Amino acid sequence: MILGTVYAFLFLVATICLVVGVALRIIRYSRTPAPLVIPTTPAPTTTGGVVSLMFREVVLFESLFKGSKWTLLFGWLFHFGLVVALLCHLRYFTDPVWRWVEMFQWVGLYGGGVMLFGLLGLWARRFLVDRVRYISAPSDHLMLALLVAIAGSGLAIKYGIHTDIVALKAFTRGMLIFDWQPLPAEPLLLIHLTLVILLMVIFPFSKLLHAPGVFFSPTRTMKDTPREKRHSAPWADEINRSTQR
Amino acid sequence: MAKQEFPIPVIRSTPEIPPIQPGVMSHSRPFVAKAEHQEPLGFPGELVDNWKSVAIDKMEELLGKYRALPVFLDSCVKCGACTDKCHYYLGTGDPKNMPVARQDILRSVYRRYFTIAGKFFPKLVGATDLTEEVIDDWYRYYHQCSECRRCSVYCPFGIDTAEITMAGREILASIGVGQKYANEIIGKVHKIGNNLGLPEPALIDTLEGLEEEVEEEINVPVKFPLDQVGADVLLVTPSADFFAEPHVDGLIGYAKVFHQAGISWTLSSYASEAANFGIFIGNYENMQKVAERIRQAAIDLGVKRIVVGECGHAWRVAYSFWNTLIGPFDCLDSAYPTPQHICELTYDLLQQGQLKLDPAQNDDKVVTFHDSCNVSRGSRMGDTPGGQFIIPRALIQSACSNFVDMAPETTHEHTFCCGGGGGLLTDDLLELRVKGALPRVSALKRVIEEDGVTHMAAICAICKSQFSKVLPEYGMGMDMVVSVHQLIGDALVFERAQQI
Repeated sequence: MILGTVYAFLFLVATICLVVGVALRIIRYSRTPAPLVIPTTPAPTTTGGVVSLMFREVVLFESLFKGSKWTLLFGWLFHFGLVVALLCHLRYFTDPVWRWVEMFQWVGLYGGGVMLFGLLGLWARRFLVDRVRYISAPSDHLMLALLVAIAGSGLAIKYGIHTDIVALKAFTRGMLIFDWQPLPAEPLLLIHLTLVILLMVIFPFSKLLHAPGVFFSPTRTMKDTPREKRHSAPWADEINRSTQR
Repeated sequence: MAKQEFPIPVIRSTPEIPPIQPGVMSHSRPFVAKAEHQEPLGFPGELVDNWKSVAIDKMEELLGKYRALPVFLDSCVKCGACTDKCHYYLGTGDPKNMPVARQDILRSVYRRYFTIAGKFFPKLVGATDLTEEVIDDWYRYYHQCSECRRCSVYCPFGIDTAEITMAGREILASIGVGQKYANEIIGKVHKIGNNLGLPEPALIDTLEGLEEEVEEEINVPVKFPLDQVGADVLLVTPSADFFAEPHVDGLIGYAKVFHQAGISWTLSSYASEAANFGIFIGNYENMQKVAERIRQAAIDLGVKRIVVGECGHAWRVAYSFWNTLIGPFDCLDSAYPTPQHICELTYDLLQQGQLKLDPAQNDDKVVTFHDSCNVSRGSRMGDTPGGQFIIPRALIQSACSNFVDMAPETTHEHTFCCGGGGGLLTDDLLELRVKGALPRVSALKRVIEEDGVTHMAAICAICKSQFSKVLPEYGMGMDMVVSVHQLIGDALVFERAQQI
């Protein structure tokens, strides 16, 4: 019971950290003006065009397709393995389990493995490509280690030492309504959960901010209509006025 | 200045990504601006005593002024997609010329002073204190970036190293360590009105000389009007067009087009410069002040339209930034876009059948086209995205029968910088310029060998000057480089001037 309370508390703290941390960054990004129009051209001239471009960027990693096919391959496998794995985890939070989540479970068999494969590919590049090795800081390796450990421990629970998922679900469901329930005291599960908590806490302080960041990137999100629509910011207009005769 | 000794890179038939060679370009740094170049721009004359706090304060100010900065500094995941995209990395192998590494010398300081991770775990996340060595690195490597935006094409988050370089240069200038070449030039524009420091009498002289020369050559009275109040079009063009080769042939081409189309136009002695080096040093105040001269000239001359000559970064500033800097343009004719590129103007005239070109005049040439970085990735021509690629090519093909494009991975949005853009077109950076031209020159060499290309057309004053200087280093003729409007001018058939 103590274990359940401790972990529920940690998850609460981690969630607050993640939500508040990311929200603060998003507020910061959205409040910072962008008076100069700087889309990387050719760029869309309509809002629909920008939405389409962002969809291709976020879902298909279009720029990486032009930039680096290996990074595209491993990066895409990792991210979409992660999305699949996350969606499958919804079954621990919904009761009754949503139908589509239930139907989705068989994909989850592959999600974790694909994610792990992508991560190992990305990590290999950090050792094998001299340029990527040069730009990798300790935190870049540790981030991969963390994600590999999360995927690895999750897969180990699924395929190796199973956990009591009924008890686990009681814990997660209870957590959602602040009703602390016991957590199965299995080392692998505790490792898995601890690493996830760590990831949630690190998120707003790390390069994982690329997830909200891409939606605020002026080179991708701005329309190429500077002649038609005037952009400005109070600080810029103040300078403009100061030079007028 | 003594000639710099350095090996000219070898052009390979299949371009290679060089292995990293740390520090090979750490000796490359341009001359530092003196007080006389700094102060007229509003910067301190020499390194200020409390430079560290001034630099950090400036960084904080910029983080609050431009959304791109916090987003770009936070978002990089070090995926490496940009590492083999910069022409300066490809030409030198110095790892700090990889776009991500160039960003990191600023990002590491940002992390140290502005993020929790960097404040508490600097070693872990690669955060560093701001030291004199860091300032030195900034000065070296922010002057080995031509702000060409090629890296931003391939970044999954659209991180544009040009924005980081501009911020780096602005911080440097604000603590008293500006770059002499760019700042001296901006000072000349503030004082005299153009980059060359060409006073009005010299400009009058030059334009009269051009009128005589052209009339002698083709027996048509093509005019080069200056300060003509009431003209329809104000042409602002890079001042290199008044003097340098092959730029001046482009200017002659514009004048011929205006003449034949019967458009009344004028140059301005007050705003005799399209270039705006304010963008290069990342300083809004100076960029705005340079642009403001043009707004003023348009009002004083009472023109209806503003047309910009062949110049890459000038077109980016005009097309993308003028509306912010000096807009809105309510007093101009809204039937035309403001500003309009000379290529757009000529293209429209051709579409309307108002100009007749005889490509046979250029039959001695096989022409290729160098997409200028700022036009390609920082602006547009015409109504549809990508018009900046279509229109210049359409113009060349109307004026020449023999046109060949270079390899697709080196043209359009993938184009390589000439190696001299971004305020680096100075002899104290010659080694960098020669090495940075390698990717473009390699692609050019291929079409020379395979397709018999004789000329490379460009629409940028910096590209034209840079190529004229570095092509001979690679054993190619400097006269290979031509202005697009030189080709137009040479092919133009003069008929009775039409009135529109």
